[in-house]
Amino acid sequence: MTDATTVVLATDGAAAFVRNLTLFVLAAFVGYEIITKIPTNLHTPLMSGANAISGITLIGSVVVAGSGERTIASILGFLAVVMATVNVVGGYLVTNSMLEQFRSGGGD
Amino acid sequence: MAAILPLPEAALAAVYLVASVLFIQGLRDMTHPRTAPRGNLISAGGMALAVGVTVLNTDILSPILLFAALLVGTAIGGWLAATVETTEMPQLVGLFNGFGGGASALVAGAELTGMFTEGSFAVGVTATAALAGIIGSVTFWGSMVAAGKLHGVINDSAVRYDGEQVVKGVFLLVAVLAGIQLVVRPNLFGPMPGWVPSYWVLVAAASVLGVLLVIPIGGADMPVVIALLNSYSGLAAATTGFVLGNSVLIVAGTLVGASGLILTVIMCESMNRSLANVFFGGIGESGGDGEEMEDIYEGNITTTSTEEVEMTLDVAQRVVIVPGYGMAVAQAQHAVAELAELLDENDVDVEFGIHPVAGRMPGHMNVLLAEADVPYEKLRDLEEINPTFSQTDVVIVIGANDVVNPSANTADSGPIAGMPVLNVGEARTVIVNKRSLSPGFSGVPNPLFAQDNTNMLFGDAKESMQELVNVYKENH
Repeated sequence: MTDATTVVLATDGAAAFVRNLTLFVLAAFVGYEIITKIPTNLHTPLMSGANAISGITLIGSVVVAGSGERTIASILGFLAVVMATVNVVGGYLVTNSMLEQFRSGGGD
Repeated sequence: MAAILPLPEAALAAVYLVASVLFIQGLRDMTHPRTAPRGNLISAGGMALAVGVTVLNTDILSPILLFAALLVGTAIGGWLAATVETTEMPQLVGLFNGFGGGASALVAGAELTGMFTEGSFAVGVTATAALAGIIGSVTFWGSMVAAGKLHGVINDSAVRYDGEQVVKGVFLLVAVLAGIQLVVRPNLFGPMPGWVPSYWVLVAAASVLGVLLVIPIGGADMPVVIALLNSYSGLAAATTGFVLGNSVLIVAGTLVGASGLILTVIMCESMNRSLANVFFGGIGESGGDGEEMEDIYEGNITTTSTEEVEMTLDVAQRVVIVPGYGMAVAQAQHAVAELAELLDENDVDVEFGIHPVAGRMPGHMNVLLAEADVPYEKLRDLEEINPTFSQTDVVIVIGANDVVNPSANTADSGPIAGMPVLNVGEARTVIVNKRSLSPGFSGVPNPLFAQDNTNMLFGDAKESMQELVNVYKENH
């Protein structure tokens, strides 16, 4: 890499940031509209299900663990993948067993 | 080594779009108990798709290591989910939540490591990595402390000390300064192959901050804390999405952030407290003193027995059951459900009144009662049940205290003043099942116990309810 790439502050970066920000803002509105319609009865499964979704960082972990030119990055990536997988797998399973109980409880 | 499934960037982005749609549809299905299990599956499908395509597409240096990590994570997560008791659900959700945040902080650190190795610093990336590091570390350690308090391994009373805000402020300042250094002068310390010290200073300071933020908070405020940390873990994921320029991370993380924030606001409203109040003081400080309690209770407490309760129930036409944390601790939900069923079979109109903050996480009581097969239609929330108490013959309060304290309606100050409560005292007879007269988490004595129409049924919730069920069966 040459010196020219040392600090990237190009318009490209700014444009990408605004694109990401657009996604963030739109997702926030969609999330608000849907989540406010969820009844109190289902707040625990909602929380646990949303929690499982937050394990989406697993993707970030996978990318970083995969790009490990450095041992340290690989170690960090490995730990991150383990943590995020626990969150995802455990989260969905717990939510599922909770929701099954709601269904058998005569949820109609 | 080449990727197993090399996809063009556009195709990868398209798959992430599909995954985002699945997450949104999954949440939409959560708006009704009938469709909620399907929603959870759809959401899990989106996750499988997003992770699967990423794994196959990424140029993995060590696939063995990666799959080993996935396997270890799946084993731990699966084992925890399979062995958890419903009553332990809040701490497990807290624990998982922390792991999500922790993963975000580690990913940001690893990404920074790679950047410093190449000697190329994008400001957007260093800034968001710093944010992900702070939010992720606070979430991880805050969640660990919350889970520890919920599990009883850490003292769950509010721990307050002088200069608390200053100490927290110092650690926040250190974390922020380290972050600023990372962004403004990334190569201040010269080349740092594989090791970015200021990031780890930031992580350490934010970790201490996470512990300090949750340690002072008492058990009664846990629903708020759990909801807020949930929101943080989502924001950490979204921030990681900014770091890596990954759309599905941003969308999914934002959805989680929104859900956590909405639940936090609902919990705060249910307690008539502001978020700042939960975090910077409040409950636990201004409880009633012993003398005041004696004044209220002295000579005014009527105790009862399961036989007497049975007789009262025998002539009742409408009964409302109000469960609280005490029911969860005693694991009394099955006995309670059996009692409700027996009453129902004898043509008594039975309903459950659920306060939004009863328990240790939003909707905690609903999960416990669903586990015990209580029909969904019998559960009523605060707004629905309150107008019906005046036409109710018997209210049975099981292990609940603060959420039925009438002084919340009358007191001008104190920890529960103005908090919306279940007005059970309006019913003809109130049975309170509790182990003692000790105050709830708020530390405020409850005048309900001394009311003329209140009878105290002292004892463990599970034992008392089981005994009541047996007595009821004998007489019917």
